[in-house]
Formats: sequence, C-alpha cells, structure tokens
Amino acid sequence: MQNSRRTILRSMLAASLAAITVSTTAQAQDKLFIYNFSDYFAEDTVSNFQARTGVETRVDFYDSLEVLETRLLAGGSGFDVAFPSATVGERLIQSGALKPIDITALKNYGNLDKDLLKLVAEHDPANKYLVPYMWLTTGVAYNAKLVSARLPDAPTNSLDMFFKPEVAAKFQDCGIGIVDAPNEVIPIALNYLGLDPYSTKAEDLDKAKELLLKLRPFIRHMQSGQLVADMASGQLCLALMWSGDAGIAAARAEEAETDVTVDYAIPKEGTIISFDTMAIPADAPDPEQALAFIDYILEPKTVAAISNHVFYANANAAATAEVDAAIRDNPNIYPPAEVRSKLFVDKSLPPRQTRERTRVWSAFRAGQ
Amino acid sequence: MSSVAIAPAATPSATTNWGKRLLIAIPYAWLLVLFLAPFALVAGISLSTVRLGMPPFEPLTAWDGSILNLRLNFENFLYVLTDDTYLLAYLTSLKIAAISTAAMLFIAYPLAYGIASCSPSSRSLLVFLVIVPFWSSMLIRVYSWMSILRNDGLLNALLLKIGLISEPLRILNTETAIYIGIVYTYLPFMVLPIYSTLSSADKTLIEAARDLGCSRISAFWRVTFPLSLPGVAAGCALVFIPVVGEFVIPDLLGGADTQMIGRAIWLEFFNNRDWPTAAAVTIVLLALLVVPIVYFQSRQARAQG
Repeated sequence: MQNSRRTILRSMLAASLAAITVSTTAQAQDKLFIYNFSDYFAEDTVSNFQARTGVETRVDFYDSLEVLETRLLAGGSGFDVAFPSATVGERLIQSGALKPIDITALKNYGNLDKDLLKLVAEHDPANKYLVPYMWLTTGVAYNAKLVSARLPDAPTNSLDMFFKPEVAAKFQDCGIGIVDAPNEVIPIALNYLGLDPYSTKAEDLDKAKELLLKLRPFIRHMQSGQLVADMASGQLCLALMWSGDAGIAAARAEEAETDVTVDYAIPKEGTIISFDTMAIPADAPDPEQALAFIDYILEPKTVAAISNHVFYANANAAATAEVDAAIRDNPNIYPPAEVRSKLFVDKSLPPRQTRERTRVWSAFRAGQ
Repeated sequence: MSSVAIAPAATPSATTNWGKRLLIAIPYAWLLVLFLAPFALVAGISLSTVRLGMPPFEPLTAWDGSILNLRLNFENFLYVLTDDTYLLAYLTSLKIAAISTAAMLFIAYPLAYGIASCSPSSRSLLVFLVIVPFWSSMLIRVYSWMSILRNDGLLNALLLKIGLISEPLRILNTETAIYIGIVYTYLPFMVLPIYSTLSSADKTLIEAARDLGCSRISAFWRVTFPLSLPGVAAGCALVFIPVVGEFVIPDLLGGADTQMIGRAIWLEFFNNRDWPTAAAVTIVLLALLVVPIVYFQSRQARAQG
C-alpha cells in the first residue's frame, strides 16, 4: 500500500481535512510545506533538501487529484508547493488559486524538455504557473503468464484486451482492474472508437458508455490504489493503469520472488498522456522557499533519482542520461517519437460536460 | 439529529438561577456551534451557483453601494429532486441501512440479553469486550476485513482447508461485504443501549408475571421485551442514521455497483466540483432523516402525555 500512488485511505483522511482546514494559515517561519502524491519522491529527496538548506520540510500526501483540487480551491491550505496534474492546474489557474512562478529565479529551468513544455502550455499558456515534473501514460498492465495461459496470442499492446468483450471475457476469472479515473478512461474509450476524445456530442458519449458497459461484467474492481498491490501479488492479471504504477508493481513482484511478472504496454490505438507539475498556491506562506525547492527538483541528479524510484519519466531533458538504463530505454516509460505522436493530452472540460461524463462513469461503475 | 433528543427541556423556575441557566446554555451553545452553524453554511452553499474560482461558488449576497442583493438559486434542489440518479442512491442507502439495522437487532438483542443475565462481575467484563474494538481505528478494522474477505484471504483459506468449498468465494467487493462491514462496525451501538435498558429493568416484574402463570416465553414477550423497547429504539436510531450516510465502508468493501448517497455527494463535491449540488443532496438527505424522526418523537412525547 505504501508504494501505491493513490490510495483511498489517505484520500479520505485528506478529504475530511479539506473541510476543516479552511482557516488554518498561520505557519511558523523556515518551514516548507509540500503537498504531493503518496510516494512520488525518492526516499532521500526531502531529507537531502533539508540537509542542504536547513529548512524544515514537511510533506503531506494526497491520493486523488480531486482531493488536491478541492483543498486548494477551499483556500488556506498552508502549502508552499503542490503537485497538481496539468489539467487540474489549468482549472486552478482559472480559479486564481495559483501564484505565477518567476522563472528567472529558477537557475535550472533550462533543463526542462522543450517539447513537453509546449504540451503543458496547452494547459498553462506561456508556462507561467506550472513547472512540469513527471509525465505518464495510462495503458495496459498484464501478467504475461496468466494472460498467455488463457489466450496464447493475446493482443497485449492493444485496448482490444479490454474493449473486445470476447477477449476481455477470457480474463474475467484471473481478474481485470481499471483506474477509477473518468477523466482518463472515457477519453481513451472515445479515442478507441475513432471519435474525438473530448467530444461533447451526446451520441458519442453514448457510444463510449455502451463500449464501457460491455466491459463492465468482466471487471473485478476499480480501486486505483489497490491496483499496484493486486497486480504485484497476482490477484489481478490485467489492468488499465498508470505507467509508473505498473513499474512499481513489477518491481514489487520481483522483490517478493514469486513467479508473478508485470508488464506494461502503451496501447497501439493511442492513449492519454498526463503531466504532473509543480505549482505554488496563491496563498503559499513561503513562496521563496517554494521556488528554492522547485529549483532543487529541477536539478538533473535529484529528479533522475526520483524517476529511478517511482518508474515515471521526468520532464527534465538534462536528467535523462542519469536515469537508470532499464527505465530510460523502456519504450513504454520513455516512448519513442512515433508512439508519442499517438498520445493525446489530458484536457479540462467545462462543468456541464464534466457532469455528463461523471454520469457515464457512475453508470459504468454501477453496471447499469 | 440525535441531538434533538438530547436538547434539554427548559425548566420554568420562578427563581432566576444563573448557574442553572449556564448549565442549560452549554448544550445549546454546543448545538449552535457544531450543528446549526455548519448546517447554515451548507444550506447557504446549496442555494448558490457554481463558478470557477475560490471558493467555487457564488456568494449569496452582493452589496452594490446602497442595495443589498440576495440571490437564491433553487435550481440545485429541483435538479436533485427530479433526477433519478439521486433517488436511486437514496433508496439504495435506505435499503442497506434498513437491512443492516435489522440484522444488527437480531444479533445484538440476544447478546445484550445474555450479558444482562450474567452475574454483575462478569457483566462489566463482557461490556468491556464489546467496547474493546473501538480502541483501534475504524479504518484499520475495515482494512483487516479486506484481508479476511479477499479471494486468497483468511476466510477462504479456512473454508478451502476444511473442505466446505472447492473454489474461493467472492465476497470482497460485493454487497455482502458491505453488510458484514457495517454490521461489524456498528454492532456495539446497538448492543449498549439495549443492554442498559435490560440490565436496569425491574426483575421483580418478571417474577410477578411468572407467579401469575406466565410461561417463560410469554413473560419475555409481555414484560421484558416491552420494557426494553426504548433501548431498541435508541439502538436502531444510533445505527440507522449514520449508516444511511456511510461512505467509507461501502467504498472500501463494496463493489463499484453499489451506489450509496455518500458516494453521490463525494462525486458532486470532488469529481464535478459542484459544491452547491453536493450541498443540496446533503440537505435533502438531512430532511429525509430528520423530518420523520422529529415527527416520530413528537408523537411519542404526546403519547407519553
């Protein structure tokens, strides 16, 4: 559980805090408060910063972006640095919940990958608020042994694994999991159907819903935080999940020295690419230390160590050489250009469309 | 909600006693600060409109220099009341709460009856045992149920070993798991009030009934059970009300196909970022629960005269 990126337990604790902490802004000096996904740093990332600067650094964790967003929107969170995804960041910018970042104060900013900065600029025009951190895809994680025992030539690099009922049915008994992320899975389903992932047409959404409902009977659960543990222990044999989480599951299965293996593939039909970013809340108590911390993360050594630990590709071009070859050369973590061209960016939708999609998702979860 | 019952009745005393007033003021202040004020905030948000900003809803009032404008938006309520997604979620929640309350009553009553008929010294030990689980966090206890009920969990391993089943039962992520979790977690709240009415019941009444020719069974139904009814009612209320709004247990133990109202509120608040609709769902839930309870209580109060 400690390694998984989004566990339900913590999100609920944070949610209850979100309601309570509306008015607790007073923080002592020389303390830095960071809000990040659980286990999204290397083990020594924070302690090294603390040793170098002498600033007492505390990290609080969240497990779902929804909780982060709601907490920052409520205001007075007391955090200096938060790690929203670019999509959530986009809405936070529009809501006035973030402070512009003074790039000139970041001496390592030039290390960032220019292409990725351009993609993030779709959410944050002129790259004023969001500093890219890691990026990831949502794809097919599978247990090769269990899968091939049931279907020798299984199309593991394709979403057919989920969306062709005759294929998915084969894996019902060994367990299919899926991330509880409507903002990712619905666009993926639309894209699979050859439709605009961000279509606002009711008939397109209906088609996506129909596709998802056909998959529904074969799914064991949709607990994002449980996927890493269940893939690693062989409780599930197939999951639509985040690239880094699949990497963590593979590493854990190896540590446990069982015969479970976990592989990950970016589906050939294309999938969603998401960015996690660093941002400073508008009411951050100590924005200067926040900038110092962001600059520290932008150092190639720091961020490469994090990638080595969490199996996510970082947005730092200068760091790639320092990332372990096993991760750097893995085309499913650092995909080559022709694969990247099939990926589409996670996008924010207006409230009405969000609700329609939540509806589709609720119907899918309920299997109705 | 149960605070309605706790609220003390004003004591009309001719002599003004400040000490007494202060004593009464404390529970009222408690109610005001911890119940009415948050309720007012939620009610306010439920009449507001969503916007992109901090906080993500429009203020209800606007001051344009000389005129105070009050804008109340009832659309959220119309939406919640006319859309059958919420209706379905309310009904599911009520159904789960009703079934689990009934199940708890069946388990708790014999348990409480058993404890109450023990000797006073072993009673306190038994009551202590009922309370012991509260010493660890509820989340941890629910998580341990996950490892018991899993396909490769303790329960399935045991059943497979003794040969009762040949392949693992799927219990986790089903409605059965929700019932197990709820009954387990809330059982003490049912046991304790029933036990307290049973143990304080006058034993001589039962002796009298027996002397007058009642069989043991009819003495139970005609004397003991009616005497314990206030405890049964309190237990049911203590259990039913929180279970309707329960979010944690169904989310951890249940499957994706059980949509309770707690989840609906979560979705509105976190996924749709629509605080006003989330607040409206909450207010409707409160109305669904509080109105029948207040009505029931006032009837009871009248009956008692």
